[in-house]
Amino acid sequence: MYEFASGPLVWIAFIVFLGGMTFQIVRMVQMAKKDKVIPYMSLKYGLRSLLHWVVPFASKNMRVRYEVTIVTFAFHLCLVLLPIFLTAHVAMFAFAWGARWATVSENLATFMTVLVILGGLFFLVRRLMLPEVRFVTSASDYLLLAIAAAPFVTGFAAHQQWFHYETMVLVHMISGAVMLMAIPFTRLSHMLFFPFTRAYMGSEFGAVRNAKDW
Amino acid sequence: MGVPAIEIPTVSDPGLDEAVKTLTTERIQEVINRIISKETAARFRTYLNTCVHCGLCSDACHWFLSNDRDPRFSPVGKVKQTLWEILKKKGRVDPYFLRECSRIAHTECNVCRRCSMYCPFGIDIAYLLLVIRRICSECGMVPQFLQDTVNSHAVTLNQMWVKQDEWIDTLQWQEEEMRSEVPTVRIPLDKEGADVFYSVIAPEPKILAQLIGNMALIMTVAGVDWTMPSFDGWDNSNMAMYSGDFEVMGRVERAHHEAALKLRAKRIVMGECGHAFRGAVYDGPRWLGWKEPPVPVIHAVDFYHELIFSGKIKIARKFEEPVTVQEPCNIVRGRGLGQKLREIIQATCADFTPPEPAFEHNYCCGAGGGVINCGPPWKTSRVTGNRVKAEQLAATKAHIVITPCHNCHSGIEDVISVYKLGQHVKFFSEILVDVMEIPDELKAD
Repeated sequence: MYEFASGPLVWIAFIVFLGGMTFQIVRMVQMAKKDKVIPYMSLKYGLRSLLHWVVPFASKNMRVRYEVTIVTFAFHLCLVLLPIFLTAHVAMFAFAWGARWATVSENLATFMTVLVILGGLFFLVRRLMLPEVRFVTSASDYLLLAIAAAPFVTGFAAHQQWFHYETMVLVHMISGAVMLMAIPFTRLSHMLFFPFTRAYMGSEFGAVRNAKDW
Repeated sequence: MGVPAIEIPTVSDPGLDEAVKTLTTERIQEVINRIISKETAARFRTYLNTCVHCGLCSDACHWFLSNDRDPRFSPVGKVKQTLWEILKKKGRVDPYFLRECSRIAHTECNVCRRCSMYCPFGIDIAYLLLVIRRICSECGMVPQFLQDTVNSHAVTLNQMWVKQDEWIDTLQWQEEEMRSEVPTVRIPLDKEGADVFYSVIAPEPKILAQLIGNMALIMTVAGVDWTMPSFDGWDNSNMAMYSGDFEVMGRVERAHHEAALKLRAKRIVMGECGHAFRGAVYDGPRWLGWKEPPVPVIHAVDFYHELIFSGKIKIARKFEEPVTVQEPCNIVRGRGLGQKLREIIQATCADFTPPEPAFEHNYCCGAGGGVINCGPPWKTSRVTGNRVKAEQLAATKAHIVITPCHNCHSGIEDVISVYKLGQHVKFFSEILVDVMEIPDELKAD
């Protein structure tokens, strides 16, 4: 089982992830032709808007909801960067392919994992406590949050040698694969679509309406 | 889930009540499937797949803020109650549900697009609500007053059943009125090749004719080469754009632009109206498959700015009373005219207090997006849904609210009267004719 999870499953997960992302992009571009949105896309204004929305506090709502901003940036940065630069992950790639790249220290990795878990908890509490969020929450929202947090919770537990180590590592690998495969086909695809929706709105506001959208 | 116990009162509206009686679930499903499969594509799908239900758009919405943060009034809350349900049920919804959709999409959202500036992903939530309006309109589920304006557009190509002889007569009446002040005032009809083709919305000849007179005076003093058409296409308003009847919207916009093309006008200047500008500049042309409007369209605010800052209009004295401004969504968030609007106000008024929030972040008047056109049955919910506007205006302590948009003008008037703010609204042209210099040689003896 461990062999499957650390070998073929990783391949399957990456193929589904990358294939799914490609499929979604192609489909979006095809649909965009029907929607007549492409003529209105502007590189300059699209990037201008993106820039204002990837820099913390550069937009008004990020300042109004500063707590969400802080957590969101920490959560997403750690969630994306940690799996790439974790020593254990890099070692596995080095072992399989001989490729290696920079890694983060163990303490930093633990810190980043905790940030992701705390961030996930924050989103969970926010969903439960804020009426305007709870109103639009369904079971799938909790499931998506669980899918995103699971690799970090299980990875942390494995690292801390909680429960049965081998089982935990296995659950960790499976949960990581599940998350990767879920990204293109669930609302986790905001990872993929965010630059496009933002750039489109930026183009509309900037090029067509001569206004700011932040 | 998380819904407050407060009940939203049922408003009786014949347009909706009658549709409930005649519609069937099958008919609604057929319409929904047709609209979603034929008329939506990348934006619709991507927006739905990207929204993570975070609720961060809520703070943008004046309806949400004014209704004590009731989640049913948040932008995403409105999408949940309409579109998500429709998709979950694959379009199989009953007429009562569609009635609720119309209430939410037609009467409780001004499609002002403030929320797309608060959504981290820039999702155009107003567009999603417009899809709902489109579905409702195709099913014949539209508030009666709003549908009446659309019927008028369809029959007469203007919003208020104005007949051609009434139109010409009104222009001549206003020309005559203004001649008592400046004898050379003319409203040139059907002049070919003029620099400016001036168009208005139908409520001007119907109930606010003096605004046409004001413009005739301004044009004369500024020495502008201008014209107005005597034929259909003079009305630049477009309520069909807001009811969801895009076929009629397209006809109206085409007639407007073709009237200007027929007279070979160099550009269209339009009166102080926000939605009309949106219709003429982007919603209309897009539906018609034009990337840009065929004739450049200039909003009155832009035009006044040009006249004042080029020196064609000189300011004789400043307007003394304390003023503030209602920044119309469709020309400020919709065209970046906020700065120019400030400049013309500062050039003409001595005591100006800006609103807060301002510019692109200004709150909608609550009337725009066709909401005020849903008529008296919906007035209470419309005004209670904009308490934040009353608070915003009261904080400026201004006596006069300048509203360079017809919908804003009427909407702000309602806010002022219901919340007893004791303020008055004025179009900018009313200020301008009051303070501009009329050269002696133009004046009547």
